[in-house]
Amino acid sequence: MGFGMTMLAYLIAAVCFILALRGLSSPTSARQGNLFGMVGMTIAVLTTLISPHVVNYFPMAIAVAIGGGIGAVVARKVKMTALPQLVAAFHSLVGMAAVLVAWAALLTPENYEIGSVGTIPVNSLIEMSLGLAIGAITFSGSCIAFAKLQGLVSGSPVIFKGQHPLNAGLGIALLVLIVIFCVTESHTVFLLLTVLAFALGFLLIIPIGGADMPVVISMLNSYSGWAAAGIGFTLGNPLLIVAGALVGSSGAILSYIMCKGMNRSIFNVILGGFGGDSAAAAAGGSGDKAVKPGSADDASFIMSNASKVIIVPGYGMAVAQAQHALREMADKLKAEGIEVKYAIHPVAGRMPGHMNVLLAEANVPYDEVFELEDINSEFSTADVAYVIGANDVTNPSAKTDPSSPIYGMPILDVENAKTVLFVKRSMASGYAGVDNPLFFKDNTMMLFGDAKKMTEEIVQALE
Amino acid sequence: MATQTTDTIASQAGALAEQAGQLAQSAQALAEQAASSAMGTAAAAGAGHGGEFWWLFTVFVLACFIGFYVVWSVTPALHSPLMGVTNAISSVIIVGALIAAGPAEFTGASWLGLGAVLLASINIFGGFIVTERMLAMFKKKKS
Repeated sequence: MGFGMTMLAYLIAAVCFILALRGLSSPTSARQGNLFGMVGMTIAVLTTLISPHVVNYFPMAIAVAIGGGIGAVVARKVKMTALPQLVAAFHSLVGMAAVLVAWAALLTPENYEIGSVGTIPVNSLIEMSLGLAIGAITFSGSCIAFAKLQGLVSGSPVIFKGQHPLNAGLGIALLVLIVIFCVTESHTVFLLLTVLAFALGFLLIIPIGGADMPVVISMLNSYSGWAAAGIGFTLGNPLLIVAGALVGSSGAILSYIMCKGMNRSIFNVILGGFGGDSAAAAAGGSGDKAVKPGSADDASFIMSNASKVIIVPGYGMAVAQAQHALREMADKLKAEGIEVKYAIHPVAGRMPGHMNVLLAEANVPYDEVFELEDINSEFSTADVAYVIGANDVTNPSAKTDPSSPIYGMPILDVENAKTVLFVKRSMASGYAGVDNPLFFKDNTMMLFGDAKKMTEEIVQALE
Repeated sequence: MATQTTDTIASQAGALAEQAGQLAQSAQALAEQAASSAMGTAAAAGAGHGGEFWWLFTVFVLACFIGFYVVWSVTPALHSPLMGVTNAISSVIIVGALIAAGPAEFTGASWLGLGAVLLASINIFGGFIVTERMLAMFKKKKS
């Protein structure tokens, strides 16, 4: 296969990747898009395999068989509620792969036609070190994100004195090492660079709290793309560059959407610490006010007399695995001629689109599920807003209280519904550590209990 | 006299032949030098990506723009599958890993390459399969 044919094959693969993303513009074309992605990947791998330098097939076949087997089993077995940590784990693998390829390129540059050891051109060294650094940061950062999401370590932000100066110092040291490496091509410096980048990725993610995970995951998604693009520059491979750029910009856009959903800047999120300090300050203030608790029977009575119910799911629904019970409840209500819709806040859950997937898993048709801006005006015409496992995204102080940490965040206006049924385990505040005045409103009824159990009880009461 | 002349001519011819041989040798050396330096230039041009860098950079920037417009048109409901599929796509880094693991001579770099092939394969299979699983669940209302 000549150079031209190889490039043509890579171009076709790149177009397939673009079509894979394009397909996701609608659920009807999405599966076809995913198929395009697989075709593109197959073309890319086969084209590389028949290139003249690649001859040692047997060990590769074993590596692909082991890796592919693990990937396939994990992807089939994983629970949909555990999706965020799975994605975080996958990001870490891309990061580590980038680190390994960068090292391979440094040790055997002739394989990549970038000179020989000791005489690698400077621009290749720059590209190599950038690919390595971004890859290493992606790896260790994703490991921390995974550990937080999986509950291996506490999801609360880890903050210590001098954190920001330390990170800034490490960042500068990283740049200095890259410069030294580009001048000397020293393997020792490259090793130092690797270690430092691992440390930086670790330190960047530990101060970020659980509620900010949608941003973190999107950001790491973006990094994994940039790492691939950096390696693409090193290898002079346009396919890697196109794929990396697509993934990088995709992650960047998701991060932007998530930040906008919380009315925070990306810097504010990266600097971290959200939800740590403010918790104590906000916990006061609520002592003298009374909430109106209710039972499953009360809730079913109110809902069966409604003509329109809007369900607002949040991370709590995912934790309690309540999506199936929720759909049963919706089915019962629909059978009685009640209109049921779902309202999803952009940052509900632990990754972008988390709630939509869980509802889809429970066989909720996607045309009953609406985004914030499409449904927010409808709460005033709804008889019941059923809030299950969501808290901060319904908090009216985001609109009324300039001193609140979440002030300015777009929220779902559930308070405009005739009755708000708020399913909650206890009176504890949400992940932002902010008190929610919604609990004390006259039209709010608190349903204390596990989200799944409570919903199941309501289903029984509706019989 | 005649034999003397013949001898001289013979010896002169011999000297000439020798000289020609030397010339040929040096010409060959020159040619070799030229060839190797030409190869060197070619290698440097190919390796340094000096001019190539700007082509690649152009591709990169244009791809960022394509990504920007394509991803903005992704419906928010499918943001999770989007992460799944981008995850799989970024594993195209396996191309670099295969090149590292490819040569017949097995070195330390081959091990690194094989490691990267393994990790990227987990991601490729895992990413596409989990995306497929998610997408298969999105259904329209039965009417």
